[in-house]
Amino acid sequence: MTAVSVQGVRKVFNAGRNDEVVALSDVDLTVESGQFVSLIGPSGCGKSTLLRLIADLTAPTAGSVTVAGKPARRARLDQEYGIAFQQAGLFDWRTVRRNVELPLELRKIPRQRRRERADEMLALVGLSDFAAHYPAQLSGGMQQRVAIARALAVHPKLLLMDEPFGALDEMTRERLQAELLAVCAKTETSTVFVTHSIPEAVFLSDLVVVMSARPGRITDVIPVDLGPRTEATRQSAGFFTAVTKVRKALRGTPTAVTADT
Amino acid sequence: MRKVLGALAAVLLGIVAWESYKAVGDPDGTVVAGVRILPRSDDAAMPHVLDVVRRLARPELAGGRPVWQVLVDACLFTLGITTVGFLVGALVGLLLAVLMQRFRVAERGLLPWVVLSQTVPLVALAPLVAGWGGRIWPAWMSVSMIAAYLAFFPVAVGMLRGLQSPSPAGVELMRSYAAGWWRTLLKLRLPAATPYLFPALRLAGAAAVVGAVVGEISTGTRGGIGRLVIEYSREATTDPAKVYTAMLGAALLGLVVAGAVAALEFPLTRHRRKVLLP
Repeated sequence: MTAVSVQGVRKVFNAGRNDEVVALSDVDLTVESGQFVSLIGPSGCGKSTLLRLIADLTAPTAGSVTVAGKPARRARLDQEYGIAFQQAGLFDWRTVRRNVELPLELRKIPRQRRRERADEMLALVGLSDFAAHYPAQLSGGMQQRVAIARALAVHPKLLLMDEPFGALDEMTRERLQAELLAVCAKTETSTVFVTHSIPEAVFLSDLVVVMSARPGRITDVIPVDLGPRTEATRQSAGFFTAVTKVRKALRGTPTAVTADT
Repeated sequence: MRKVLGALAAVLLGIVAWESYKAVGDPDGTVVAGVRILPRSDDAAMPHVLDVVRRLARPELAGGRPVWQVLVDACLFTLGITTVGFLVGALVGLLLAVLMQRFRVAERGLLPWVVLSQTVPLVALAPLVAGWGGRIWPAWMSVSMIAAYLAFFPVAVGMLRGLQSPSPAGVELMRSYAAGWWRTLLKLRLPAATPYLFPALRLAGAAAVVGAVVGEISTGTRGGIGRLVIEYSREATTDPAKVYTAMLGAALLGLVVAGAVAALEFPLTRHRRKVLLP
């Protein structure tokens, strides 16, 4: 089954004014069920806009977006997806557990089940001991894990992530990447992941979608087949080959392999 | 405990400052080039603190009740008026803020009027409102309305800022949960607004006290602390300590209201107190 289908999408901001910007043009994208797809490209290439279109946080100027076989708006109203942004965006006045419970509360799930589910999700991201803490008491990496737990709490079939690890240090980032893959495998979630880190995109994805700016469009779709990921994957020849491939696609010219993680 | 000691020390400091000025200041005030730069410090202008306290215990008029009893009664009367004014003002302010947050056009249309409302002199407005007393509502309600008129302003302005304070990411998150305006208000905007609400409520409490006292004076309402301030000040030359007892009562009323607002705040800011702990 297809998790996300984007067809002939065009997005224009400030249409008809002299500051008109074509953010996306002629975008087609298909995410199969269970697939992990990264969107990568320079700033202003519209990768975040594309994610927001899938989430129905903004509407396309032309074309259609289908999520779980429904129009994007319907899918949002049915809460077919979970979403996480670069900023964890936790609510300061709620404990960690109650932050994770928030989407469940809005779905009117009974208190007892809400609590069970939140605890289950916190265990998944390794934060069971911090359920009663407030966000301000956690480190940035822990906050981001809470945000991921919150996105996963409704057991969405689709996970949308907009540079969720962008603000984290490298060590935390690599650990969370591995954790995210484990969680996605366990919950059989399809994921659309926006990043501007090439190694991150390669390590996480089945499919790396390369985009370019002005106007934002998809220039290349690179399948990555490295099997189940382990820490050894980051050192494997196949990993570096894929990194080079993505880098070439991004720059349009061949370059030497460097390990800029 | 430390807070109580601090408050007592502050009161003590005030008394010491008062009495030391009285001891060293010129009884006729210091006048430089025809302008008085320091106040008179004679017994008529600045009675001894002890005299003011003693005056509290003596009867208001010959053979009448002691002054402190009269003051407590007056404070309670004004406290009732203030409370009603504060609640009405806070509610109106809250509703206005929600309305202005919800509709951009309401913010643009209403906010100038809200600001303008506070520039109208209260003394000009009071007789008009007083005219409604006894017809639309009991006379004391007019004073409450004047208090409410002053109290709604800080709540409307502070609350509007608070409701607009959530980040776009928070608002989008609620949108991704298919939460409508009402549920976004309940789950996101109102909780996010509490840090803005309580300072606004404290201002509103103070404004309600001022409104009630001034309202009593300008509508000629009897029984409250505002009336006492006026009555006692007529005796300023013969009984200066009595004037200060009325002011003491007004100050006490302000403290009680401030304390009540602070008590309101306590249960709603648990997370901030907890996070601040080491």
